[in-house]
Amino acid sequence: METKAFQKIYTKIENITKATVSLRASGVGNDELATVGGKLAQVVKLNGDLVTLQVFAGTDGIATDSEVIFHGEPPKLRVSDALAGRFFNAYGEPLEGGELTEGEEREIGGPTVNPFKRLQPSELIATGIAGIDLNNTIVSGQKIPFFADPDQPYNQVMAMVALRAKADKIILGGMGLTNDDFLFFKNVFENAGALDRIVSFVNTTENPPVERLLVPDMALTAAEYFAVDKGEKVLVLLTDMTLYADALAIVSNRMDQIPSKDSMPGSLYSDLAKIYEKAVQLPNGGSITIIAVTTLSGGDITHAVPDNTGYITEGQLFLRNDSDTGKTIIDPFRSLSRLKQLVIGKKTREDHPQVMNAAVRLYADAANAKTKLENGFDLSDYDERTLSFAKEYSEHLLAIDINIDITEMLDRAWELFAKYFTKTEVAIKEELMEKYWPKEA
Amino acid sequence: MKTTGKVVGIISNIVTVQIDGPVGQNEICYVQLGDTRMMAEVIKVTGDKAFVQVYDSTRGLHVGDNVEFEGHMLEATLGPGILSRNYDGLQNDLAEMESLFIERGSKTDPLDYNSTWDFTPLAKVGDRVQAADWLGEVTEKWIKHKIMVPFVFQGEYTVKSIAEAGNYKITDTMAVLTDSEGNDHNVTMIQRWPVKQAITQYRSKPRPFRILETGVRVIDTFNPMAEGGTGFIPGPFGAGKTVLQHAIAKQAEADIIIMIACGERANEVVEIFTEFPELDDPRTGHKLMERTTIICNTSNMPVAAREASVYTGMTIGEYYRAMGLKVLILADSTSRWAQALREMSNRLEELPGQDAFPMDLSAIIANFYARSGQVYLNNGQTGSVTFIGTVSPAGGNLKEPVTESTKKVARCFYALAQGRADSKRYPAVDPLDSYSKYLEYPEIVQYLDQRIEKGWVDRVRLGKTLVQRGKEASEQINILGDDGVPVEYHDRFWKSELIDFVILQQDAFDKVDANCPIDRQKYMYDLVLDVCRQEFTHEDFEACVAFYKRLINIFKQMNYAEFGSDKFKQYRQEIDTAIQEQKSHETL
Repeated sequence: METKAFQKIYTKIENITKATVSLRASGVGNDELATVGGKLAQVVKLNGDLVTLQVFAGTDGIATDSEVIFHGEPPKLRVSDALAGRFFNAYGEPLEGGELTEGEEREIGGPTVNPFKRLQPSELIATGIAGIDLNNTIVSGQKIPFFADPDQPYNQVMAMVALRAKADKIILGGMGLTNDDFLFFKNVFENAGALDRIVSFVNTTENPPVERLLVPDMALTAAEYFAVDKGEKVLVLLTDMTLYADALAIVSNRMDQIPSKDSMPGSLYSDLAKIYEKAVQLPNGGSITIIAVTTLSGGDITHAVPDNTGYITEGQLFLRNDSDTGKTIIDPFRSLSRLKQLVIGKKTREDHPQVMNAAVRLYADAANAKTKLENGFDLSDYDERTLSFAKEYSEHLLAIDINIDITEMLDRAWELFAKYFTKTEVAIKEELMEKYWPKEA
Repeated sequence: MKTTGKVVGIISNIVTVQIDGPVGQNEICYVQLGDTRMMAEVIKVTGDKAFVQVYDSTRGLHVGDNVEFEGHMLEATLGPGILSRNYDGLQNDLAEMESLFIERGSKTDPLDYNSTWDFTPLAKVGDRVQAADWLGEVTEKWIKHKIMVPFVFQGEYTVKSIAEAGNYKITDTMAVLTDSEGNDHNVTMIQRWPVKQAITQYRSKPRPFRILETGVRVIDTFNPMAEGGTGFIPGPFGAGKTVLQHAIAKQAEADIIIMIACGERANEVVEIFTEFPELDDPRTGHKLMERTTIICNTSNMPVAAREASVYTGMTIGEYYRAMGLKVLILADSTSRWAQALREMSNRLEELPGQDAFPMDLSAIIANFYARSGQVYLNNGQTGSVTFIGTVSPAGGNLKEPVTESTKKVARCFYALAQGRADSKRYPAVDPLDSYSKYLEYPEIVQYLDQRIEKGWVDRVRLGKTLVQRGKEASEQINILGDDGVPVEYHDRFWKSELIDFVILQQDAFDKVDANCPIDRQKYMYDLVLDVCRQEFTHEDFEACVAFYKRLINIFKQMNYAEFGSDKFKQYRQEIDTAIQEQKSHETL
């Protein structure tokens, strides 16, 4: 960061903790940036002339006489079309070196869109994955995370979804991404010839964790530029939000705040909501859709991070390893897309809602039958049929390696219904049954 | 002279101000940041320092910036023209804001000061009046909006003059009132009231004695909500809290609906913005939006204003109640409100209570719920505020402070069960955990005897018992296996399934099934109970299952058909046929 002529330099730091420094200074604004011993920092507390700064890269090596220079402004990002195709660090500096992008400087973490000016999301985002398109349809302007254990291929699925979705721009916000995963994303996008549609802000595990706090705001400021100014459909990928929350917890702990559930700060809900609520369908046709990853520990969704996330996002996609088929599937019970009602049966075939529900209900019956089997009871004929149905349903519809269009998904579901069940057992509205029940071959 | 002050400390949205004069707790002040004036509220005073929570982002604020105190608490502006508006938590009209983004310090008028209203006087010169008495009325949408003696007026007044019938602006003087000391006071159509105080200018608050019909079977039939009652809907995410609340908002037979979107998703509010202006209110033929006011503080809007939003909504509700109207207030979600309290308490470094919530959380919740109720106004008419809040318990665990505090005060409990949501049994209201205390009120029992049928509450209890017995049977079946129990157990279980599928479950997205009027509810409930009372003998459990599945399928088709239509009658016939076939089978 260049220094400006009129800036005062302070050299007397009074307090140093692992993540913060305090010093006496005047004329400092809340949230403004500073450089402390060459490292970027942000004002987090003002008390009289005592200023507390959070040093993003950690305070290692900072001495009481290190130079502190205040920038007089909050973190900003230069926005222009030149962002496309480039990789940045958490501060918005190009990763591969090179010049900073040209363009207007915008404050990151800006104000919210007036809810009254929003439009209702109504455009379906097709991914080809039936676990999503059939059961948990995603709509543009939606925010939805994958809930996954660390060993599951969530980054792969997310990259696949991003490339298949017809987005004008894809913005990747990587937080605590391993270098390997970062290279994976880079490769996949490159191979798909999609690099010119992609902007990345990446904090890898090699970088200090507190820097991550800037990544979502950077990514979303870029997204707002393309969506609001250019009217483009923007897809923002945020991985991994659990690591972002961990960084929040570190800072709040260093500031002696009283932790609430699971050592997370009491403001976790608001902090996460500020990010996710940037998802929007704008009146100019532009939209921001957010697909995020929240890693779980041992599938525990009651932990503060997935729990708060679930209350903010419009559903969640649950990855699970299905032992019957040996494939990774999108769990139909625990996954949910809250906005699917806006498109299913409207933008898709009329039978979509009922077929979806019937299939999930029958799949639930299979789960019951499985429990019975495990407890050593005899299975009825119906139970046996549900089990066979579940296996095929899982293999041909729920598995993440499926890539077909929604009409074909519906036809497949009807075929499975007819193969294993009677019309009474499927219990769908009669008119639909007459129209779509496969005729005897 | 207004008290002024200077900023001396900032942590997030809590600002410490050095003051030069008196300030009151909860007093409103404005923090000056360049050209922007940001509203804030005093939440603590220590010596000459006031701690204020700013209803905006404090980014860029400096130590030494100016603060000006207003001398009053946060107030709602009350007058004709509130209906169908979309306010933020501080009663700014969101529709009037011009830019796409909500800029800091944005302020818009809560009411339209230019339009005129057709006024009809109700009071006469010489009348003795007190606060909340009706002086006249104007027509707002189709509601007779009463112009009242302002709630802040204390004691008795004499009407010195009153405006003649005609068109007036809301700022015009509609009446002049003389107090006991002979001073005159002008009354316009607008009045202000501090939102955190209850409006208690009514004669008395009796126990609720009527039911508020919602068209949702599991509520009306099984756990009815009283007019002027309180209820809450806790449930893990994805259990359908919002869908259920929207269904109630669309169908409840209230005159006024106030939806408080408190710290929830913006897209859910957009859904109301988009759908309500299109939907008809079946009772009046007008659009739903015309009776609805939205208070909206979505999760990304400033936290302090979130706390204010529930109070603003409640105050508007109480205002319309004083006109003798039935008001229903829905707040989604009160947990977000409690979390806003927690964030504040945390930044003030107060000693925390359970889960870091403030110690007085349960008192705050209790006080708030107590503001609802049915009241007798000074003129003997009734008005009511019914309040239903949702609670979003952390981790779906109902043993957390917000749920527990709410449970102590709310009379209806609609527990949403994850298990039911997982198996798509919507609304996922648990039939056994949920309750309505109003079923125990003799007034309500008597009311239902007249409204529906003598002995109705006993029939409701019978249904609940059947569900309970079904659950017990199903536990036995799960332990001992399908063949390990007598077939009667299956019969018992499937009778409860019949009640579940036909009465408890309801398709909120089906045009017909979504709204089930009380006479249709009675018809279906009678029909189902009638089947449940019959004894069937089945060859084996599979035959039993097949029989009930067949019945459930027909009943469901019936729920999808227009009440009394040919289709409906045809399915009704099919039920008889199915039962006759079963009976004849048994006699063979």
